[in-house]
Amino acid sequence: MNDILVDVRQLYKSFGHGEAITQVLKGLDLTLYAGEQSALLGPSGSGKSTLLTILGTLMQPTSGTYMMLGIELTQANDKELTAFRNLHIGFVFQFHNLLPDFTALENVIFPTAVREGRERASARERGRALLTRVGLAERMDFPVTKLSGGQKQRVAVARALMNRPELVLADEPTGNLDKASANQVMELIAEINRDEGTTFLISTHDESIAARCHRQIRVDEGKVTG
Amino acid sequence: MFYAMKIALRYLTANKAQTSLLVFGVAVGVFIFIFMSALIGGLAEFILARTAGDLSHVTIEAESQDPELLLPAESRTVLLVQQKDSSRSAQLSTVDAFIPIIEALPGVLANSRQISGGGFLKYGALSRQVNVTGLEPDKVSAIINLDSYLVEGSTELGAGTIMIGKTLADDMSFRLGQTIRLQADTGIDAALVISGIFETGSGAYDRGQAYVSLTTARTLFALPQGVTKVEIKLTDLYDADDTAERIEAVTGLPASAWTEDAAQLLDALKAQGQTGLLLKSFALVTIIIGVASALLLSTYRRRPEIGIMRAMGTPRSFVIIVFVSQGAIIGLVGGLLGAGIGYLVLLAFPPREAFRPGNLPIDIAQGAYGIAILLTTIGAIAASILPARSASRVDPVTAIGQ
Repeated sequence: MNDILVDVRQLYKSFGHGEAITQVLKGLDLTLYAGEQSALLGPSGSGKSTLLTILGTLMQPTSGTYMMLGIELTQANDKELTAFRNLHIGFVFQFHNLLPDFTALENVIFPTAVREGRERASARERGRALLTRVGLAERMDFPVTKLSGGQKQRVAVARALMNRPELVLADEPTGNLDKASANQVMELIAEINRDEGTTFLISTHDESIAARCHRQIRVDEGKVTG
Repeated sequence: MFYAMKIALRYLTANKAQTSLLVFGVAVGVFIFIFMSALIGGLAEFILARTAGDLSHVTIEAESQDPELLLPAESRTVLLVQQKDSSRSAQLSTVDAFIPIIEALPGVLANSRQISGGGFLKYGALSRQVNVTGLEPDKVSAIINLDSYLVEGSTELGAGTIMIGKTLADDMSFRLGQTIRLQADTGIDAALVISGIFETGSGAYDRGQAYVSLTTARTLFALPQGVTKVEIKLTDLYDADDTAERIEAVTGLPASAWTEDAAQLLDALKAQGQTGLLLKSFALVTIIIGVASALLLSTYRRRPEIGIMRAMGTPRSFVIIVFVSQGAIIGLVGGLLGAGIGYLVLLAFPPREAFRPGNLPIDIAQGAYGIAILLTTIGAIAASILPARSASRVDPVTAIGQ
């Protein structure tokens, strides 16, 4: 058994106040192991996105504990969470969410450059290597607005891997792609997971995508059900 | 920092039309600032040149010779009228020894030893009261530039010659070369030839002032030695108070600055300066509002991108630097552009040496270009703080979902 990377216990998250309060996570428990590629499944409103947001340290739970790499993150302040997120967590969004005024390479090296305060040659080198690996060696200096949907999503995957994070959270990464592009992206994720041991948690509605993962985690009514 | 600057520049160049418009708006504000500085400064210069420029900046004058009043120690209310002693002029008998010291003081441009007093110009049955000033022949234009005001004759003052104002000459029908009689208030009179007629533009001056040589004045006012006053001109007339104090300290002679008798003029100049300051402040406030609103709009438009940056682990401080840098760049570039335009436009106006009544007295040297650029940059940075703080507080979850 691999080491525990993420350990979530009795996670609660509610939105609103008084009578308008909505309880989204209701005592959720989850453990992710290093090197896993897991699918997060569940109907709309089940709490998948809220869970991903909390795991990505973009939101704090109402109560419960969230340990990653042995660090209790629910007690950390914004500055500490920002630095932690930059180093240890990568994101792939459904709509790629790249910076539109930058090239593919500039987008990929952004997480490193923002931490180091400049675009070092070493960062550029790794950025080029990542773009080559995702099959975009010829498109490095293209503005991202000139890339296709599949190419943009591959740039987003390369960006998520830039700082060699332990965990990559992917929210419907193929939801906006055609079948061929979706297949390419999933193969890429599987390859990186296999070669570099990066842990992936992929939120999806697509059972065929989920079937390609090592583990399927089902969430319903704010709890892990299977 | 470098990377934040790069992103700031990228954001500005990504929307060239909007950025150009914003920079141009800032440049117009800076141009107004510079134009107002040059106009207010030039106007002050012009007014001073037309008034205090022809005055003595510091005057050393003997104190009154009037006898002291002896009143009872515990007096009740006393009403009295005191007649000034006009029987003899108060004189500075020791001033000659101090002239080299005064000339060596910093900022002293010229000095003129003078004997002045009252008198009557007479021609036939006509008589007119005048103020008579005796000047050293080589320093006729040391204080008031008589050469520039001369309309007839010359400014050379010799024994037996006199210069009078044009209004006086017209009123009395005097002509150049005509011999007239001048009776001083000492009772001594002399026949003098009109060697020059001047016109300063000041009615009182042109009507009631006459100049003779210092030698002639000695005879008229029975002062074989010494002078009644020394007038001093400075390179910077605003140094008059300090210089007067220094002269008093060094020589022990009573010295007074022109400002003592020019409170109204100084008040007017001060009010004019404050008006200019107000107008310049309005220009600066316009720049700040313009930059702040443009950057707030940019912040709103780029909320999703800011959210992405934050999700990638970008600290709030980095986001602040990106937006403040945009403000600084807009301020600096707009400031430089406005200063350049301002300088080029001001070049079209005549230099201050050529100021004439009726023209806009704009002094290109007083454009305050450096201050305009500096204040604009600081103002633009200040204007960007609110948008920058707003950007740094963007919630990445909400912003990415937009």
